[in-house]
Amino acid sequence: MPDPLTLDIKDLRLSFKNWSGTTEVLHGIDLRIAPGERVALVGESGSGKSVTSRIVLGTMQDVRTARVTGQVAFEGQDLSALTSSDRRALRGRDISMIFQDPTSALNPVFRIGELFQEVLKRRDPKVTKGEARAQAAKILHEVSIEDTDRVLDSYSFQLSGGMNQRVMIAMALINEPRLLLADEPGTALDVTVQAQTLAMMRDLVVQQGTSVLFISHNLGVVREFADRIYVIYQGRIVEHGATKELFDAPRHPYTRALLSAIPRLTGGGVPDIAERSPDFDDPFVDHAEVR
Amino acid sequence: MKRAAYILLSNPLSVIGLLLVGTVFFCALFADFIAPYPDHAGAVMNFAFANKPPSAEYLLGTDVVGRDILTRIIYAYQVALGMGLVVLLIAPPIGVAFGLIAGYIGGWTDFILMRISDIFLSIPPLVLALAIMGLLEPTLLNAMLAITAMWWPWYARLVYNITRGEKVEGYVLAAEVIGASKAHIMFREILPNCVPAIVTKMTLDFGFVILIASSLSFLGLGVQAPTADLGSMVSEGTRYLPDSWWMTIFPGLAIVVAVFGFNLVGDVLRDVLEPD
Amino acid sequence: MANPILSLDAVSKEFRVGKSVVTAVDNVSLDVAQGECLAIVGESGSGKSTIANMILGLFPATKGQISYAGTVLPAKRTLEHRSQIQLVQQNPLSALNPRRSVGASLRLALDVHNHGNPAERPAMVAALLEEVGLDPAMATRAPSGMSGGQRQRIAIARALACQSQVVVLDEPTSALDVLVQARVLRLLNDLREKRGLTYLFITHDLSVVRNIADRVAVFQRGQLVELAATETLFENPANPYTRTLISAVPVVSEPELALRDALAAGATV
Repeated sequence: MPDPLTLDIKDLRLSFKNWSGTTEVLHGIDLRIAPGERVALVGESGSGKSVTSRIVLGTMQDVRTARVTGQVAFEGQDLSALTSSDRRALRGRDISMIFQDPTSALNPVFRIGELFQEVLKRRDPKVTKGEARAQAAKILHEVSIEDTDRVLDSYSFQLSGGMNQRVMIAMALINEPRLLLADEPGTALDVTVQAQTLAMMRDLVVQQGTSVLFISHNLGVVREFADRIYVIYQGRIVEHGATKELFDAPRHPYTRALLSAIPRLTGGGVPDIAERSPDFDDPFVDHAEVR
Repeated sequence: MKRAAYILLSNPLSVIGLLLVGTVFFCALFADFIAPYPDHAGAVMNFAFANKPPSAEYLLGTDVVGRDILTRIIYAYQVALGMGLVVLLIAPPIGVAFGLIAGYIGGWTDFILMRISDIFLSIPPLVLALAIMGLLEPTLLNAMLAITAMWWPWYARLVYNITRGEKVEGYVLAAEVIGASKAHIMFREILPNCVPAIVTKMTLDFGFVILIASSLSFLGLGVQAPTADLGSMVSEGTRYLPDSWWMTIFPGLAIVVAVFGFNLVGDVLRDVLEPD
Repeated sequence: MANPILSLDAVSKEFRVGKSVVTAVDNVSLDVAQGECLAIVGESGSGKSTIANMILGLFPATKGQISYAGTVLPAKRTLEHRSQIQLVQQNPLSALNPRRSVGASLRLALDVHNHGNPAERPAMVAALLEEVGLDPAMATRAPSGMSGGQRQRIAIARALACQSQVVVLDEPTSALDVLVQARVLRLLNDLREKRGLTYLFITHDLSVVRNIADRVAVFQRGQLVELAATETLFENPANPYTRTLISAVPVVSEPELALRDALAAGATV
C-alpha cells in the first residue's frame, strides 16, 4: 500500500455568518501534499490562503461564526472526525507552525529553554529539564546557533528578530512533525536575514523529510523554497504546477498578471498591469494534467 | 443599523437588558400615569394600611406609614435616573479633557494632570463621597456633586489610555506633518476614536451611579425624606426584617433590575459601536 | 549639485538609551535635486526612518543642518515649512482616521494651509480624489471597507493637498499586494511628472528601487555607505554591503537570477 498523503484537502469550503448573511470565502479548495514535499500556496491578501492554513491547523473549526465543509485529511485521517481536543493534540506534535513575526509568536514571559521544554512535553510528557535542554541545544546547532546556553537562558525580547526566527524554526521542527505550516515566515524580517533563515529552514525540513505547506504572497520567496505551487485567487485555486513549470510558463491569466506585476531587479520600468480583470476568473489550470 | 439589529437579536441577554432599562425609563417618565397611588410619593400617612404584605390592592405591599411600595419604587426611579443623568453630564467631559490633554501632550502636563486624577482615584469612592457629604448639607444636589467628584477620574484614565494608543497611529502623524493644531488633533482626530468606549462606560455607569446614590442614601447621606429613594427604602426596611420582608426586598430588587439592565445594555453597546 | 531643493549637511542623530548613547544617523551629507526620485535604502537599524523624521521636522538633528531650497530649516517648523515637505506612510490601514470621512481627512490639509476659499474646498477635494484615480463620491465615506490600495491613494491625495514640492514616501507600497503595488507606483510616477514633485523614496525593496529611482542612497548602521545613480548601483555596486543587499532579493526570472548571482560572485555586470 502506498503511503497516504500527508495532507489531502478536497472541496474545502469556508463561510462566515455575519449580520449581512453568509459570506463564502473558500469556494472548494483541492490541495495535496505527499510525504516530504514542499508545497506553496500563493495569493494576495484576502485570497483565503491564511484561513486555509488555520483550517489545517484545526483552529478555524473552533470559531463560532465559521462553517467549514469538505475534507481535510492528515495522513488519511479526516480532521473533521476529530474532537477539538484531539486536533489540539495533533498541533505541536504532528503538525507545527511557523508564523510571520517570530518575536510576537514567542511568549515573552518564559525563557527560550522553558518554551522548548513545553513543546517537547507535547510528544513526551515525562521529558526532564536536562533532556529537553540537550535536545534543544542539538537542534539549535542545526540552525547555526552556536552559543546555545545563552539563547536558551534568554527571553525572546532579548534576542534579535533573526535569532528569534531561527529559534522558532528549531522549535517547530524539534518534535519532527510530519507537516509544517509556514505562514509568511520571516516577512517581518530584513531581506538578508529572511534569505538566510529560509535557507536554514529548507535544509532542516529536507533533512527530516518534513512535508511543508508554505503560505506566501511573495513569488520570489516561494520560487526558492517550494517544489510545487498552488496559486489562489479569491477563494479558488486558479493554477497548480511544479515550481519551474509555473514560473517558466504560467498559463492562468491571474498567475501571468501576478508574475508580470513584480518589478524586476534588472529594470524595465514599473509594469502596466490591470489590478483586476474578468479573465482572472478563468477556470483552473493544472500543469500536472496538461503534461 | 441592520448590523446593530443583528448583534442585538443574536444575544438574548441584550434583549433582556433593553427590556429592563426600558422598564426603568418608562417608570421614570410616566410615573404620574402608571403609579397606583401617585400621592404616596410624598409625605403621606396612611396608618390604617401600614405594614401590609403584597396583595391585589398593594402589589408590593406597604411601608410603615402605609405608603404603596410599588408607587415609591416608580418615583424612586425618577430620582435615580435624574441623578445618573446629571452626574454623567458633568463627570465625563471633565475626565475626557484631562485624559486627552495628558495623553496627547505628555511630559509634565501628563504628570501633573494624571497625578491629580490619581489622588481622587486613590481614595475609596464611598469614603470620598462621605467626606464631601460630611462637609456639605446632605441634599440631593450635594449628593450629585459628591458622586461627580469621585466619578470623573475614571473617565480621565479611560480616555488617557486610549489616547496613548491612538497617538502613535498613522493618522495622528499625518495630521502633525500637515501642521494641524494640537486642539484639532486631540478633539477632532483622537476624541472620535474614544467615543465608543466613553458611551459604553457611561451606560454601565448609569447603573453604578444609581447603586452609589442608593448606598449614600442607605447611610442617610443622600436623598432626604420624604422623597422616594431606593437606598433609603432598603435602609428603613431593614429595621423590620424579617417580618416585613417586602419593605427591603422589593426596593433592593429594583436596584438590581436597574444596575443589571444598564450593565447588559453597556455590553451590547460595546459590540455595536466597535468598528468592523 | 547646483541649487538642491533639499540638503543634509553633516547631519547626526543621537538617542539616549538608558545611560548609553546610540548614534542612529552618523554624519550624513546628501543633496536632493529638484524633481528627482532619490531612494533611501537600508535594513532595520540603518537610520533611514530617522533621516525621514528629521527631514519632516518630527524631531531635531543632534548635529548638522537640513535646508530646503537653500534656507536652513529650524527645529520647530512653521506652517510654511510644513507645506514644503509632505509624507506618505507605509501602513494605509492606520494612516486614515477610521472615525472621519475621507473628505474630512483631505479637507484638513486644505483648511490648515488655507488653500482655496472654504466654498471651493469640496470641489478641490473631489479633484484630488480624481487625480489619484478614485471616485470623488468617496469623499463622504469612512475608510472602513476600503482596500489597502484605495486607502494609500487617499493618503497620497492628502500629501498632494498641501501642494508640497517634496514628498517623503516611507515604504509606500510594501504593505500592498503586487498588482496594487504596480498601479500605485505608476500613479506616483505620473504625479511626479505632472506636478514636478521631488521624492524621497524610503524602502527596503530593491526591485522597486531599480524601477522608480533616479539615484540610490544606501544606509548601513546610520552611515551613508553608497550613493550612486540607479543603473550604476545595480550594475557596479562599489560597496560590499550593497552587493549583499542586492543578492538577497527574492527574484522571479532567469535574467534577475543571473544578475544576482553575478553580483554575489563579485563581478561587474
